[in-house]
Amino acid sequence: MWHDGRVTTTDQTSSVLTLRVNGGAHRLRLDHRTTLLDALREHLGLTGTKKGCDHGQCGACTVLMGGRRVNSCLLLAVMAQGAEITTIEGLGGPEELHPLQAAFVERDALQCGYCTPGQICSAAAMLGEAAAGWPSAASAGLDGPVTLDAAEVRERMSGNLCRCGAYVNIVAAILDVSREAASQEEAR
Amino acid sequence: MKPFGYVTAQDPAAAIALVTGQPGAAFLAGGTNLVDLMKLGVAAPDLLVDVAGLLPDRIEPASGGGLRIGAGVRNSDLAADPRVRAEFPVLAQAVLAGASGQLRNMATVGGNLLQRTRCLYFQDVTKPCNKRVPGSGCPARAGEHRNLAILGGSPHCVATHPSDMAVALAALDAVVHVEGSAGPRTVPLAGLYRLPGDEPDRETTLERGDLITAVELPVLSYAAHSVYRKVRDRASYAFAVTSVAAALDVADGMVRGVRLALGAVAPVPWRARRAEQFLVGRPATAEWFGRAADAELAAAAPLPDSAFKVTLVRNVAVRMLCRLAGIPAGGTA
Repeated sequence: MWHDGRVTTTDQTSSVLTLRVNGGAHRLRLDHRTTLLDALREHLGLTGTKKGCDHGQCGACTVLMGGRRVNSCLLLAVMAQGAEITTIEGLGGPEELHPLQAAFVERDALQCGYCTPGQICSAAAMLGEAAAGWPSAASAGLDGPVTLDAAEVRERMSGNLCRCGAYVNIVAAILDVSREAASQEEAR
Repeated sequence: MKPFGYVTAQDPAAAIALVTGQPGAAFLAGGTNLVDLMKLGVAAPDLLVDVAGLLPDRIEPASGGGLRIGAGVRNSDLAADPRVRAEFPVLAQAVLAGASGQLRNMATVGGNLLQRTRCLYFQDVTKPCNKRVPGSGCPARAGEHRNLAILGGSPHCVATHPSDMAVALAALDAVVHVEGSAGPRTVPLAGLYRLPGDEPDRETTLERGDLITAVELPVLSYAAHSVYRKVRDRASYAFAVTSVAAALDVADGMVRGVRLALGAVAPVPWRARRAEQFLVGRPATAEWFGRAADAELAAAAPLPDSAFKVTLVRNVAVRMLCRLAGIPAGGTA
């Protein structure tokens, strides 16, 4: 590795880098071709994140980077250095389910389950986007505030495909959590 | 995928020097298109120069009024910006019409402008494509061209530019700030893109090492009265079959000012200047809007399976102008 004051680089096709995942830090040497998705699954053993299309078209690989939802299949691992990555394993587990995980179970919002980690990571960030007043293509206007309904959830979740077609219950599960969060906000 | 080097430069000058000096080097920002093209084998850089951390990522008032959008601003932040939503709604709507929540969080403004066509032949390295391999031929004319260009194409290429955002920027007369080895310069958005002619592999007027640093939206008095409408094969998360960006200023029933740009119908975001010139000073009615669209589309040269797009884009343009004028669209759409 060399450093001329302006550029830090390696003349090689791999780098040693630190990935911060679910609160822990992992130092790895990775071929630059390694996507964040493959780093998580193949190098860190975090297989909750799924590989579907591997081209950013299905959303199965969705994770949170700095709290924002991203397609980990289109991110090279080297691009994720320094960012806080959260995967489905970091959102919740069998001992303590994330409210969205509980709602997906309650609503039977899956059949094969392959898209579910991506759906839940995506929904977790999406609820934050809506709470921040981000409009969507389904919003009546651009000036908010955003009220989530089925049409809004379907538009905002359109980056996550479900080949089993569990959309009806996925939307219901997300709306359950959205309403729960809204009523807690009101009670405060 | 071919092995490649990866560097992060600390400032634009260093990044520009690296890409200028190495023919196989490419800038990397959001990566949503480039990484995919590398997986497909369409792009095979031997060095990626990551500029995501050094590009301006703020939206600020421009010196002459209007807004200056850093090239590193993520699409989602652009669409969520209160000034963009209030003052340039056509732009917020265009960005929200594109891609998915995940991709908008990753994709940058600069990268959005420079994304490549989604023409199936361009993306499939087992097929000829004049854009990917100059001189290899274009199977689209006799093959799958339903969603390809009806305006501005050539015998060598009928690919469409896939961006929604760029269509809104074309309507708004956006100015692109570029830094290169010769220093900074500005390029009007219309001057950024090239029609394919007999060199479809040359898509922009940028030189090797040129880096887009910002996009400026000049003041337009009626920009707040604007709209973007996208037509696609499914309700969400699909590239456009046709799109329209429009802004309209009507006084006493007459068109005082109009901006009209068409998406997914040409190799470039298509500014409908003929229609605009036709309309100014004319009555703001569905009939005149239709005549203006016809004036623009007189030059359309669709292929058999894309002929429907001529009618479709005409009707969407008329409907959007009628909506902005506050009048019914009649039987046109």
